[in-house]
Amino acid sequence: MENDKRIPKQVRNSINNNQLLRFTTAGSVDDGKSTLIGRLLYDSKSIFEDQIAAVEKTSKRKGLETVDLALFTDGLRDEREQGITIDVAYRYFTTPKRKFIIADTPGHVQYTRNMVTGASTANVAIVLIDARHGVIEQTKRHSYIASLLQISHIIVCVNKMDLVDYSEEIFNDTVRQYEEMSSKMMIKDVRYIPISALKGDNVVNRSQNTPWYQNAPLLHTLETIHITSDNNMVDARFPVQTVLRPQDEKNRDYRGYAGTIAGGIFRVGDDVRLLPSGFNSKIKTINVYEDYVDQAFEGMSVAMTLEDDIDLSRGDMIVKRNNLPEKVQDLSAMICWFNDDSARPRAKYILKHTTNEPIAMIKEVEYKVDVNTLKRLEDDKEINMNDICKVKIRTTAPVMMDEYSRNRKTGSFILIDESTNETVAAGMLI
Amino acid sequence: MTKYFLNYLDELESEAIFVLREVYAQFENPVILFSGGKDSIVLTHLAKKAFYPAKVPFPLMHIDTGHNFPETIQFRDDLVESLGATLLVGSVQKAIDNKRVVEEKGKNATRNELQITTLLDAIEENKIDCAIGGGRRDEEKARAKERFFSHRDDFGQWTPKNQRPELWDLFNGKMHQGEHFRAFPISNWTEMDVWNYILRENIQIPSLYFAHDREVVYRNGSWIPVSKYLVIQENEEIVIKQLRFRTLGDITITGGIESKADTLKKIVEEVSAMRETERGNRADDKRSETSMEDRKKQGYF
Repeated sequence: MENDKRIPKQVRNSINNNQLLRFTTAGSVDDGKSTLIGRLLYDSKSIFEDQIAAVEKTSKRKGLETVDLALFTDGLRDEREQGITIDVAYRYFTTPKRKFIIADTPGHVQYTRNMVTGASTANVAIVLIDARHGVIEQTKRHSYIASLLQISHIIVCVNKMDLVDYSEEIFNDTVRQYEEMSSKMMIKDVRYIPISALKGDNVVNRSQNTPWYQNAPLLHTLETIHITSDNNMVDARFPVQTVLRPQDEKNRDYRGYAGTIAGGIFRVGDDVRLLPSGFNSKIKTINVYEDYVDQAFEGMSVAMTLEDDIDLSRGDMIVKRNNLPEKVQDLSAMICWFNDDSARPRAKYILKHTTNEPIAMIKEVEYKVDVNTLKRLEDDKEINMNDICKVKIRTTAPVMMDEYSRNRKTGSFILIDESTNETVAAGMLI
Repeated sequence: MTKYFLNYLDELESEAIFVLREVYAQFENPVILFSGGKDSIVLTHLAKKAFYPAKVPFPLMHIDTGHNFPETIQFRDDLVESLGATLLVGSVQKAIDNKRVVEEKGKNATRNELQITTLLDAIEENKIDCAIGGGRRDEEKARAKERFFSHRDDFGQWTPKNQRPELWDLFNGKMHQGEHFRAFPISNWTEMDVWNYILRENIQIPSLYFAHDREVVYRNGSWIPVSKYLVIQENEEIVIKQLRFRTLGDITITGGIESKADTLKKIVEEVSAMRETERGNRADDKRSETSMEDRKKQGYF
């Protein structure tokens, strides 16, 4: 993956040093989420002049004196008319240190599924709290979803500090409330920042109004938060996407397994096991396009060849012989239901896991989680839209999985309704 | 010491390759929608990487408005030949001749909307079950909500309010007879990422992207190239300008920008200093705040 010499040095350097960070923001109508995103985009100069002009025009038409930053994130017509975000919208900005992808999701309880979707790929979650109201029901919901989806870092932004006179006491009190609320959740890293998205305090620039706050503003935190070790570099997993068999004379003997490494590191010469067949082999070559490399790690899309000619195809997995995933047919999982139609008892669904698709049946609902109180509802067995439940699932064939807490890629799955083809649920192996 | 993380361009590349391989694995008859513009060129380059040492397993499909830059067509034909790929063409002119669509009238007439019918017809005629496009979410606000695997009903329509959720890297490409999918492997790329990638990979692009002298007229805030398709208005004056194009589309509506950037490196520098969106010079997007959303719902790219 080394870049070649053609590239001017300064460009090569700026590319090489920059990582991609994906974060999610969940928020409801009045907590200033859209304003915060607008502020990040505006202050990091990621908004083009014609977009600014369009938003200025709309702000004036609405009779506003200053530019409404929230308008920068406006999406579909229905959303503009209703003044809310319905779907997940993706936004992009770049600073000299990192490229950012924001999954902007609605925060209302009826959009739990959208929050789950946005959280599924995020490295960081921003949880917004209105300084005037402190920790409320939706704070709990957003944090629970972030912890359920195993987002490693949470940044709690106590917003609207300007409306509480930048009070240190109120900020500290909110922090205490949040620590108490989140103590039972599995969150590895929480940070707190007092901000005003509207006025710009501690978003991009350090605020003069909060001399008692010694840590970095939000953007600097996003730029420097360490995410590399969040990936699983221990358990080597390679789900086979497709087999490459070139037809030309030169490559007649090439039989490459194409895929993206879902965990760990593979090296040429490694002893590997092929699942589910259980055959052993050795890695002969790893190539990324024309470059034959010695090793490849989590996140890289590569093609591998093996020393032995063994039948291996899409849905199979290459792993290291000394580190195997679980082979499960009865699985315990947390699922979030996405569909208008409720789950049908004992109905069959396609369980899509990495590149594999066995048929599955939800055998039992153990409990449902009330996302507002986090209480377990053990008597309610009906799975409806936006419900989060612990279930037992049986598949027609064994599936090679890891616990979701160990590996987000090999521990996650979706359920697809065979009759409508819709994605009806997202699941995580526990 | 080896760094076990990817830089952002490698990560975007890896993601796009993954999506292209998913398309190949999940569909019977996918095509790459090829316009001759930089995004579809990058897409084709990524497909080359995804399936190497095998050939790109997709035909390229061009929806031809008939109002082309001649340079684009030459570039397209050369690329198809070097890949050993098949080229499929859906012709807007033919659709007009066959009275499938009616040409717009008036001084701002374009064939942009007419591409929708032509595209959907070409998808149906060629039994395409997935059309891979170079659309990016940063291009336009309706695109910001687009999925990697985007479902189209049997009328080819997009229902933004009822999209399939897309989690992790699990893409659901299942559909009923008559429906199809659009796939967008470079969804997460920005214009800047595309240019940096073209520079890094040294990808060939049409000469139109580099600064050159050209006869143009000033119309609706853009420099529109003079061509045999352009009807010059009475108050318009033909001038020669040194310019280049940021996007390539229908020659009658694609405005150039004044520029001296005649190398890839200069273009990257210029784009990074640019303060207007690339679609600001596309008359098709200026019509109303929701014009892209409306076109996309009907089946546009």
